[in-house]
Amino acid sequence: MIKFLTQIGLYFLLLKKVFSKPEKPSVYYRQTMREFVYLGLYSIGIIAIISFFMGAVITLQTAYNTENPIYPTYLIGLGCRDSIILEFSSTVAALILAGKVGSNIASEIGTMRVTEQIDALEIMGVNSASYLILPKIIATLLFNPILTLISITVGILGGWTAGTLSGVITSENFIYGIQYAFIPYYITYSMIKTVFFAFIITSVSAFQGYYVEGGSLEVGRASTKAVVYSSILILLFNVILTQLLLS
Amino acid sequence: MISVKNLNKSFNGNSVLSDISVTFETGKTNLIIGRSGSGKTVLLKSIVGLHEVDSGEIWYEDTLFNKLDFKDKKKIRSEIGMLFQGSALFDSLTVEQNVRFPLDMFTDKSPDEKKERVDFCLNRVNIINANKLFPSELSGGMKKRVAIARAISLNPKYLFCDEPNSGLDPITAILIDELIKELTEEYSMTTIVNTHDMNSVMEIGEKIIFISDGVKCWEGNKNEILSSDCETLNDFVFANALAKKLRSKEK
Repeated sequence: MIKFLTQIGLYFLLLKKVFSKPEKPSVYYRQTMREFVYLGLYSIGIIAIISFFMGAVITLQTAYNTENPIYPTYLIGLGCRDSIILEFSSTVAALILAGKVGSNIASEIGTMRVTEQIDALEIMGVNSASYLILPKIIATLLFNPILTLISITVGILGGWTAGTLSGVITSENFIYGIQYAFIPYYITYSMIKTVFFAFIITSVSAFQGYYVEGGSLEVGRASTKAVVYSSILILLFNVILTQLLLS
Repeated sequence: MISVKNLNKSFNGNSVLSDISVTFETGKTNLIIGRSGSGKTVLLKSIVGLHEVDSGEIWYEDTLFNKLDFKDKKKIRSEIGMLFQGSALFDSLTVEQNVRFPLDMFTDKSPDEKKERVDFCLNRVNIINANKLFPSELSGGMKKRVAIARAISLNPKYLFCDEPNSGLDPITAILIDELIKELTEEYSMTTIVNTHDMNSVMEIGEKIIFISDGVKCWEGNKNEILSSDCETLNDFVFANALAKKLRSKEK
């Protein structure tokens, strides 16, 4: 229990260091642009591929589970849209990003720790926590909502492709379904969740990497812990945010 | 000048440094020598503030460094250059970007002035045509030289080197030692070098302290080290077979 509380304390102390005034905003700006590329742009591919197939599967499963003449077929499009917006593109995509981005952040910072690169920054008088972590947090907070929008678009496109190619729904019915009873707030809800999850992924993973002690084995362990803890926190906050935002 | 007074440091109750007092002189290459695990690196990292000390004082000229807060320490740190055992170059930056990093962070020089300074520092350590290479593309000796170039880019008053020639062949090791000595004299820096390499000791040791099990056992220079009465120092100095042979002949 004491160890757990110590870790929580260390996490918040690290955040305090991270959000202190940057030494040289121009250097931080350059670093943030770099993180946009590494953490954001380079994640578009995996998010698009997974979203496309998840959209396809959601459509097919909805179709095979609603094979009843009472239900209009456009409900398949509606089901696909709501599943993707409400849950898949924010939560499941965040879990995927926790694996890709989280492990990347923990191993990058952890390697810098064990190879004394963080010590080198500290010796120069640079606030290493802020320099290394703040640009990553800013980049993911700004870019992950874009990833979510891409995921929603590609997911629905995947649903449409699978639905029309397999013949379970016509193109017109699917398009009617995704427009039917649309609640714009669902997008807002999805974006709010994405921002929270982005912060969890980046800060928890950076924390795991920043306090690594030892060598490559410990860096690997930190990377695993980053993914596990981020995923658990994402699922926990998913419940909390859903209750707060949709109740 | 850097003075250390009655410095104590322990980890989890185990004493690593015990009552160390020493003065490192300006314009000289000061050496901390001792066996692996004797506490050399902990002493060096304590002096630069990477480790909080349990008790004792660390003075940079007339400033009590270890009692300063992070903000005030930054001022002293801007005058410190450090060469780490593994070079600690930033993997994601090229050679040129590594050397330019302190200039980007702490100066308002124009891009041209920065470029000029980077080229000067790289030329000074004999790194030519490697500006665009990444650290992973460099040899061990080149990494050390680039790390020295980065350390001197802001004209530091204090230079710290942790095992600067570990993992290098004897010729490259001598070149690195000579470079450190030359730079120390050229910029009149206070240089502190951690080493267990006797070649370095005999080459550049203008002032030497010997540490064993976290205790300072001996202080002197390279001319005095071979005639010392300190038993543990003699065991360290005459550890290799050739030295033993020479010593027995001398006796």
